[in-house]
Amino acid sequence: MSSGLYSTKKTDFDTTLDLTRLKPYGDTMNDGKVQLSFTLPVPDSEVAVEAAKQLAAKMGLVEPMVAHHAPLDKSYSFFVVYGSLGHTIDYTHIHVDSVDVNVMTMDETDQFIQDNFGRKLRVIGASTGTDAHTVGIDAIMNMKGYAGHFGLERYKMIEALNLGSQVTNEDFIRKAVEFNADVLLVSQTVTQKNVHVQNLTELVELLEAERLRNRFLLLIGGPRITHELAKELGCDAGFGPGKYADDVASFMCEELAARMQQ
Amino acid sequence: MAKLRLDWDKVNKARDAAKQIAEDTHNYTQQFTTSTVERSICRLLGIDGVDAMDVPLPNVVVEHLAARQLLGHGTSFWLGQAAISLGKEPQEIAEMITGGELDLSQTEPVDPFEIRLWAEKKAEEAVAKIHHNRIIREEKLREYGDKTGPLLYVIVATGNIYEDIVQAKAAAKQGADVIAVIRTTGQSLLDYVPYGATTEGFGGTMATQENFRLMRAALDESGEELGRYIRLCNYCSGLCMPEIAVMGAFERLDVMLNDALYGILFRDINMQRTLIDQSFSRMVNAAAGIIINTGEDNYLTTADAYEEAHTVLASQLINEQFALKAGMPEEQMGLGHAFEMNPELKNAFLYEFAQAQMARQIFPNAPLKYMPPTKFKTGDIFKGHVQDALFNMITVISHQQIHLLGMLTEAIHTPFMSDRALAIANARYIATSMADFGDDIEFRAGGIMEQRANEVLDLALDLLQNIKRDGLFRTLEEGKFAGIKRPFEGGKGLAGVVLKEEQYLNPFVDLLMEEARSGSERYHQHKKSDQGENYE
Repeated sequence: MSSGLYSTKKTDFDTTLDLTRLKPYGDTMNDGKVQLSFTLPVPDSEVAVEAAKQLAAKMGLVEPMVAHHAPLDKSYSFFVVYGSLGHTIDYTHIHVDSVDVNVMTMDETDQFIQDNFGRKLRVIGASTGTDAHTVGIDAIMNMKGYAGHFGLERYKMIEALNLGSQVTNEDFIRKAVEFNADVLLVSQTVTQKNVHVQNLTELVELLEAERLRNRFLLLIGGPRITHELAKELGCDAGFGPGKYADDVASFMCEELAARMQQ
Repeated sequence: MAKLRLDWDKVNKARDAAKQIAEDTHNYTQQFTTSTVERSICRLLGIDGVDAMDVPLPNVVVEHLAARQLLGHGTSFWLGQAAISLGKEPQEIAEMITGGELDLSQTEPVDPFEIRLWAEKKAEEAVAKIHHNRIIREEKLREYGDKTGPLLYVIVATGNIYEDIVQAKAAAKQGADVIAVIRTTGQSLLDYVPYGATTEGFGGTMATQENFRLMRAALDESGEELGRYIRLCNYCSGLCMPEIAVMGAFERLDVMLNDALYGILFRDINMQRTLIDQSFSRMVNAAAGIIINTGEDNYLTTADAYEEAHTVLASQLINEQFALKAGMPEEQMGLGHAFEMNPELKNAFLYEFAQAQMARQIFPNAPLKYMPPTKFKTGDIFKGHVQDALFNMITVISHQQIHLLGMLTEAIHTPFMSDRALAIANARYIATSMADFGDDIEFRAGGIMEQRANEVLDLALDLLQNIKRDGLFRTLEEGKFAGIKRPFEGGKGLAGVVLKEEQYLNPFVDLLMEEARSGSERYHQHKKSDQGENYE
């Protein structure tokens, strides 16, 4: 789809990239093209299409076009909408708090641990609270790993203990003390109604109440977890989608080594 | 249908090994009952409701008996004795217990023969109720006709039963054949079933009898409007497996997740507890004409789908034998498997196809449940939609029966109404476009797919023979399934396992088995007469 929607009309915008006025790219610089889809709780009709257009306009889309609409039920309709975004962002002034680490391979990590600690690092992980999903913690910890990134169990210099799912925060802390862990990994997959935030807040509070917070490196991960959120909740780091065992292992090595030097 | 040339001698050997495994396990577990089996008997006998503290009355009665070490006789025995000596109904007895007005250990002794007669009469009434629901389903299916291709199965998971109903009705309208109401996270570990309609849940909605009833009524309404029978599915698993089976039988659910090993592996429920519970729950499901769905797909979300494919086949064979032991006919065995191989694996589609085709041939009469990709869904919805399309093709080509639709937004959120609509549109397009493809092709003799199927079969046979030698319990202790190790005495719910006394009474077993048998007979008669009409 061209920026002119099959029209031969000349584009009347400046097509040089200006990072202080960044906008989406379709097929021409600064065309601002975006695609979105949504459902409206009204019957599919011309009025509904107009409503979809007006909503898109309110979102900042110039010349919104409803490319597709269909009924989902008597009183629900679905829309695919294209348009040009009027808004811009100053890219040069964005600050993001992200895990900034030099990612090492498994062998490099093992070597790093050998050189810096002279012993195995002990990592305990769980999907805590009522969360029954182990896919996240398994991806990081299981021998096999995920998407070609071996899990922590495979690392020669890491002693990894995966407690699985539905572990209460109390049990998790108790097991961590028993295991004499260096690092706690918490995976949160179910995030409906922000249950992950409540659960992680409770974990941090419990750790603080038992004066254990500084004893462990506390790392969290999951589809809705960002590093920023992790910091906000009082954790040491957060790992979102696209992060693997090597990211986690590298971060914990560097951080623990830095703490040791302090 | 195109067929892979499988080594049938090995299939038979594997099946024999599974039969022996089920037999050995059953010989051990049948010595016991559990708290939830006894609570399910309370429910069958008509006990329902909660006390002032919201404790379900079946729990009140069973805890009352357990505290007095009386559970080994069976709840039916004590309720029967009290019913005869006091002239009361089970529900009234339960209310007296919760009011502190009655101690079942203090009721006047009654001739055990009298108790047995009372229990059998009550059991017949309960099974008649289940039978009645079965007949309603059969009549509706006859009136509307049943679908022959894969049944499109979608989930609703809002946490609020009333919102679930809105979503479910929309999905039915878009073409869904089976609506599964996902249970709230954590319910599997509750040792009681919550009561009443519920509007709060995480990642799903409470399985309560009232929620079942509300959704059933809503889907019947949609079905009438659409001229189709819409099947309802829920989760008969966790610490209350048999109780949920009873609730489902009473409220005419059609499909129930019900796996012999799932709770042990993935919820750390004690293995003895689960294996005892699954047996009675399967009898109830069998009698109610409910199709069970087994959970082999879950192995593959934890373990590697290519390397561990044989554990799926081994588990399907074990689940089949446990189901047969509970009197369940093949047409109710929705054995599970899944499309979970890494999309980066070369020829992954061929291996997935081989696995699905092999399952179809080894279990020709089972309504196989095929699960969509989830593990390698990334949040890239565009790729996700393509992954689902490949999965849909295998479903259609290899004639899978219960087609759980993948969502392009898997790994992002519980499905939006539009996600479901897109999934149904995807599946219907492929079902139409490739309708007879599976009947129009042949597999190359000795080709990649045939080799792969036979390789999986070899490994499954090895595994089953090892399990036969070591016993199922030891196999679970050693972590042969999904790489998860579980101790014999570990996990949740072991305290609810009770040795049966000699006088143990459960009047339901024979009646449920008979109901399952006669139901299956009707099914085959109808099928025969339907086919007869088709041939004319």
